[in-house]
Amino acid sequence: MPTLTVNGRKVTVGDDVYILEACRAVGVEVPTLCNFNGLEPWGGCRLCVVDMSLAKWDDDWFKLVTACNHPVEEGMTVLTASERVLATRRVVLDLLLARCPETPLIQQLARDLGIEETSYELNPEPTDCILCGLCTRVCDHIGVSAIASTDRGWGREIAPPFNEPPPDCIGCLACAEICPTDHIKFSTSNVARTIWGKDFEMLRDPMTGEAVITKAQAEHFARRSGVPKTYFETSDKSKRLEVAKTFEKLQVIK
Amino acid sequence: MRIESSDQFVAFQAEAKTREESRARKVLVCCGTGCLATGAKEVAEAFAHEIEERGLDVEVGLGLKSTGCHGFCERGPLVVFLPEGLLYTKVKAKRVPEIIEKTIIGQEIIPGLLYKNPVDNERIPAYEEIPFYKNQVRVAMRNIGRIDPTDLMDAVAHDAYAGLAKALFEMTPDEVLDEVETSGQRGRGGAGFNTARKWRSCKSAPGDRRFVLCNGDEGDPGAFKDRSIMEGDPHSVLEGMIIGAYALGANEGYIYVRDEYPLAVVNLQVAIVEARKAGLLGENIMGSGFDFDIEISRGGGAFVCGESSALMRSLAGKTGEPRAKYVHSTAKGLFDLPTVLNNVETWAGIGAIIHHGGAWFAAMGTKKSKGTKAFSLVGKVKNTGLIELPMGTTLRHIIYDIGGGVLKDRPFKAVQTGGPSGGCIPEDLLDLPVDYEKLTEAGSMMGSGGMIVMDDRTCMVDVARYFIGFLTEESCGKCTPCREGLKQMLGLYDRLIEGRGTDGDIEKIEALAAGMQLGSLCELGKSAPNPVLSTLKYFRAEYEAHIKDHACPAGVCRELTAFEIMDDCDGCHVCFKACPTDAIEGVIKEMHVIHHDLCISCGACLDVCPTDSIRTFPKIELVAKEVV
Repeated sequence: MPTLTVNGRKVTVGDDVYILEACRAVGVEVPTLCNFNGLEPWGGCRLCVVDMSLAKWDDDWFKLVTACNHPVEEGMTVLTASERVLATRRVVLDLLLARCPETPLIQQLARDLGIEETSYELNPEPTDCILCGLCTRVCDHIGVSAIASTDRGWGREIAPPFNEPPPDCIGCLACAEICPTDHIKFSTSNVARTIWGKDFEMLRDPMTGEAVITKAQAEHFARRSGVPKTYFETSDKSKRLEVAKTFEKLQVIK
Repeated sequence: MRIESSDQFVAFQAEAKTREESRARKVLVCCGTGCLATGAKEVAEAFAHEIEERGLDVEVGLGLKSTGCHGFCERGPLVVFLPEGLLYTKVKAKRVPEIIEKTIIGQEIIPGLLYKNPVDNERIPAYEEIPFYKNQVRVAMRNIGRIDPTDLMDAVAHDAYAGLAKALFEMTPDEVLDEVETSGQRGRGGAGFNTARKWRSCKSAPGDRRFVLCNGDEGDPGAFKDRSIMEGDPHSVLEGMIIGAYALGANEGYIYVRDEYPLAVVNLQVAIVEARKAGLLGENIMGSGFDFDIEISRGGGAFVCGESSALMRSLAGKTGEPRAKYVHSTAKGLFDLPTVLNNVETWAGIGAIIHHGGAWFAAMGTKKSKGTKAFSLVGKVKNTGLIELPMGTTLRHIIYDIGGGVLKDRPFKAVQTGGPSGGCIPEDLLDLPVDYEKLTEAGSMMGSGGMIVMDDRTCMVDVARYFIGFLTEESCGKCTPCREGLKQMLGLYDRLIEGRGTDGDIEKIEALAAGMQLGSLCELGKSAPNPVLSTLKYFRAEYEAHIKDHACPAGVCRELTAFEIMDDCDGCHVCFKACPTDAIEGVIKEMHVIHHDLCISCGACLDVCPTDSIRTFPKIELVAKEVV
């Protein structure tokens, strides 16, 4: 259980913890765009940079690291708002604002650091995609990997293979729901769902008639978990009703 | 034959040496990629044909070898005759019968094929007397050009695997580690991390399974040292890796080679098959009980895959993207297991270090940078090619004594070292001894050992823009500062070279560079600003001229430069023919004129003018003239 100092405050955390979690434990907010509880840290957006010094280093020697994926160590000192941390964070947000000038989340984060307008050349084709990689990572995590990043550098984008409706997609909407800027669009109704240009059949709850899940998702979950498919196509409401019924039966017996 | 004991290896070595010595005379034809491109294969075939036809192998004991790269690619195809040590340059296949007749049978030198020293125009017959070769000390490249890379026996005759035999039968794994530590060798891939320390860190990591990897993903523009080593002496790489694996207790190894190096892949493959057959690789190596095997993995040509964590991801079948290395790959590398990754040149040196001892290696070089280093010397220099020198050699010695000076004896301006993430070093630092620390202090780096010499016709703003452009293409795009920063940086440079720069642009470039250095995920992004910062440090006035005067002092940036023919034009008409847009008017023996409305400022006329009668001037003066 290592003890470290964050902005002058001592905190003791678990062994396999990253700096970001230690910061949160003492109520210090570190901005991040590509980090998500439950997914492996990625270190791509570079917003969560902090100054860090290890106990064995000279007192005035600090290294700039990303809080999301740097493990904590006994005696570590962390500064989340040093001059160069803020300067680096400003460059990152300034660049993101040039890429995504119309994205409310980026505008807000930039404003928090005193940036009203980007100092760089505006993206001629403004986008909401900040390339945080959350969508592809959650898709991998679910065991589908239907979408991925394509090309590299400035040309990088998130896309299904060959920009065609992805054959492996199960229409679970995890990518759209995790997207911090709502860039991934979809439509869903009681009968059908469309995402990434692929249409899905919805399974309806036998009791209530409401659409619960796509057929592809129910099959994927059933296959991965070994739990019968019918479990996934039952709505929460139906499940609660089932439980309620057992209670009724219990009362009758009494 | 399969070698199953130390004695059998000694016997094999003796047999190989006897075979080598049995050939009284030898013809070595360089068949590296450079010479192959200029017809070396045909030259080698012509020699083979003549030797067979005339029965020279029996008659004069003449042996023929297709070797790896001799390094002097510019003068290829190269042919060396032993024992005389004679070197013929630019040999054509059709001249082979004449060479056989005169040089082999008649013992007569053909002057026209000898190397002509550009400094004094003297022809030099002996290989070892040529300044380009004379000043070199070869360790990693010790056998390149001397052996046939596809012939294991030839390599063994030149002491290949002698270091391995010594390690396996006379040393414990820890003694091998100690010997490498004594040598002080540092990684030849660029960062210069101490080899022994890396190995120890991997060895102390928990786990039974570990990997030994070789980084052959050489991607810097103008660098080709790793390619030449893999092509010309693949056994040196294998031997180094086997010794490393023995020291670490690893049983699996991979060589990651870029797919654009087909000959390297083939020669490595042949070497692996031959070494396995001879019992030098695979199970129970030389009967010692130690198992280790190597596989080749071909990279798809992404520059970033030369970065260690991206390479390991690519090797594991994932997208080649770097990860944070807060947990080192020596503890969590390939497949999240302890891994040692070294550069081709690093591995190639290990066999020699064990064979001759660490102290022998440490006796060369400087205090902190031991041994020798391979460099690819290219650009505006007379002798371009591949060289290996002790660390601490001065840049001046490399460029002037080995390289023969700047092409056409133009003034030297800068030398760019370390590949696209390196920096430009100006003339007043030419006496800088080349080692890891000194290059870093000067704002550049050792990198892949690339050295690009630039003359006064080079615009440093344009040079920085070129490297930023390269890195913009090659950034993987995972992290924001590198992906977005490089693109914005490129835009800022475009403004400068097109004359759209304004006050504050330099400061903006500097702030962005600082953000990228601090904020980027991997070394590609962190070091990308090096060409920017080093040119700004040493050539700031040139940047200011682009902004304040809208002028390119070197006369390179097209939007800012106009061309003019001066009075001493003798009307030779050469420029007229060279001009791609017919912007030059004039009849032979009369002064020519450039029409500015048609001129695209490409500089073709200036490059061909034999009397130096064409000058450049800022385009803005042209506008001023027209307004008047």
